[in-house]
Amino acid sequence: MLFLVIFILTAIAYVLGRSRAATLRKNGTLMHSLPRYYGYLTAIYTALPALIVLIIWSVAEPTILKKSTMGTLSAEVQSLPEGERNLVLNDIKNLATGGISQSANDSVRTAAAAHYAETRDRSRLLKSIAVILTALAGFFYGLKKIHSNTRARVAVERAIMIALIGCSCIAIFTTLGIVLSVLFESLRFFNKVPFTEFAFGLHWSPQTSIRADQVGSSGSFGAVPIFAGTLLISAIAMLVAVPFGLMSAIYLAEYASSTVRAWAKPLLEILAGIPTVVYGFFAALTVAPLIRNVGESIGLDVASESALAAGLVMGIMIIPFVSSLSDDVITAVPQAMRDGSLGLGATKSETIKKVVIPAALPGIVGGILLAVSRAIGETMIVVMAAGLAANLTINPLEAVTTVTVQIVTLLTGDQAFDSPKTLAAFALGLMLFVTTLILNVIALRTVRKYREQYD
Amino acid sequence: MSKENNVPALDLEPDTPTEQTIEEIVASLGDTVGETRVDNPKMSVSNVDVFYAEKQAIFGVDLDIANNEVISMIGPSGCGKSTLLRCLNRMNDTIPICRVTGEITLDGEGIYSKETDPVLLRARVGMVFQKPNPFPKSIYENVAYGPRLHGLNRNKADLDDIVVNSLRKAGIYEEVKNRLDDAGTSLSGGQQQRLCIARTIACSPEVILMDEPCSALDPIATAKIEELIDELRENYAIAIVTHSMQQAARVSQRTAYFHLGKLVEVGDTDTIFTNPRHELTENYITGRFG
Repeated sequence: MLFLVIFILTAIAYVLGRSRAATLRKNGTLMHSLPRYYGYLTAIYTALPALIVLIIWSVAEPTILKKSTMGTLSAEVQSLPEGERNLVLNDIKNLATGGISQSANDSVRTAAAAHYAETRDRSRLLKSIAVILTALAGFFYGLKKIHSNTRARVAVERAIMIALIGCSCIAIFTTLGIVLSVLFESLRFFNKVPFTEFAFGLHWSPQTSIRADQVGSSGSFGAVPIFAGTLLISAIAMLVAVPFGLMSAIYLAEYASSTVRAWAKPLLEILAGIPTVVYGFFAALTVAPLIRNVGESIGLDVASESALAAGLVMGIMIIPFVSSLSDDVITAVPQAMRDGSLGLGATKSETIKKVVIPAALPGIVGGILLAVSRAIGETMIVVMAAGLAANLTINPLEAVTTVTVQIVTLLTGDQAFDSPKTLAAFALGLMLFVTTLILNVIALRTVRKYREQYD
Repeated sequence: MSKENNVPALDLEPDTPTEQTIEEIVASLGDTVGETRVDNPKMSVSNVDVFYAEKQAIFGVDLDIANNEVISMIGPSGCGKSTLLRCLNRMNDTIPICRVTGEITLDGEGIYSKETDPVLLRARVGMVFQKPNPFPKSIYENVAYGPRLHGLNRNKADLDDIVVNSLRKAGIYEEVKNRLDDAGTSLSGGQQQRLCIARTIACSPEVILMDEPCSALDPIATAKIEELIDELRENYAIAIVTHSMQQAARVSQRTAYFHLGKLVEVGDTDTIFTNPRHELTENYITGRFG
């Protein structure tokens, strides 16, 4: 409602501001900017301060309400611990909003609820008045500012720039926040479990018992088996994705006619659009049993959840990444290179093998590294198809587990957020993040270096 | 893709009505003026039409290319001279919509006949492109590329000989002899173009086609390449497309003037530049259009 009012005022401010500037201009005043910039400026003066007041008020309101309601309660309640006080407050709030409450008959609380409701209504009224007044003040200030000396265009440009900076800051600070929170939680973990044990330990069993006398009470946090599992599955995935992706990219970029290309490329990219959950149950319900049946028929012992199944399906999922990125870099190799080679009597495949691929290689490597980091971070497929057993093995027919699977298992369900078991998830997340970050940086570097070569 | 793809509907003379189709204009140009044939030609083009999809880019061209001679092809942009050049070693095969009719022979054998392998043809008829396009390999590897493909060398020493001789013939050996392992792309534009010429020579071609080889180069580099072309004439038949009439006058013995895909006039370079017989040729070389 309040937003609507601000919006209407802003719209009016724009129209009035512009027409006023236009009139001045028509009357011969030498204005600094075009009329519409004065319109924008008036609109900004109207909307921005009002919105700021609205936001500050909305943020501060609950705290003030809480304090005020607390004041009406007895000292006995006020001396309760934080958690219980909040329970009481919640109860009062429910009472005030007509929700279900346990204490409808408690007179003190009913009075407090009445106080709460009254304060809240007054606060809302005051808020509306304050916001509208601010908007009007800004509106008139803006109108007053419309004269030849105001550099409206410059001001508007700056406002736009600040807004853009604000938007990018949100993304950057969120990333920074996530990184820092993961980092601090990891540090808490490393206080309980030494880093060397985590990085070099060969046994992963994060279960910690509730009572000290239970069996296996300590838990062990050697991350090597799960990183090995991650690497094994990623390696299988890349063994599938790189040859198939690269070959199809070469076909699409060099051989396919434009009609085939127009059909085949989107079809290939549909693979990238399939949700990973779907790949996951495809791996768990179709591929894994198939591999086991085939394996058993030739006398091999295959686990029902094997690294091979997860890796194969993940590889299929990554094919479009590799092929799409490789296709882009292969197409970017200048036609002059191909002409030069063909002009010397090379066949098409010789040209591709000896000139096009070497020229595109840095870009292809960059694309593959991006695909690797995608494979390492992939979760759904491995959760469904790879299993939970942290085996340290390079046999693709056994069940292994990955970093992402462990994070999911450690953090799903009811958890105490200070046990080493839960904190281990953050440490794993940090390692994963650092690994993929390094891969991405290397990949982007190589890709960029390659691009500079031909532009 | 060739930039000749689109035949521009440019007005030739101010009084030409724009409704006239290219076919009509071409018909109005009449037969080729001058002698298209030479004794004992290396390559011979007879009645060649070239189409890009439905658009005709070349109209019934007859032209001979002689041994030990440089023939230059001149004309305004879009006149089909590059297209014709690319027909001579079947580089147009790489453009799917391009269709060539008529006959082109090399030593009397039709190069578009079924028996001719375009890959082998391109080794015999080498090509130097407008923009220097060395491969992203070392200088040595750039020159060794062709001989390796065609198995021209029996051993490493042979290959070294071929590379050094080619670089020498292209007049760049002295400049690069101490850095044969450097990247070909590290050279200057003019050096890159001479490297590309060396690369072409290394395949021991019989004919060398040059598509505006100096258009991306500065005057000094251009002068060096022109000198080189003149020397190469001793051993090869050379056809060069150029936009510079001075260059045509300096390096070539015969000149062919193209207009809208039609060979308008051909003759001795001296005669063409001093005493052109066709009105369009005269207009072009005196700079009235083009």
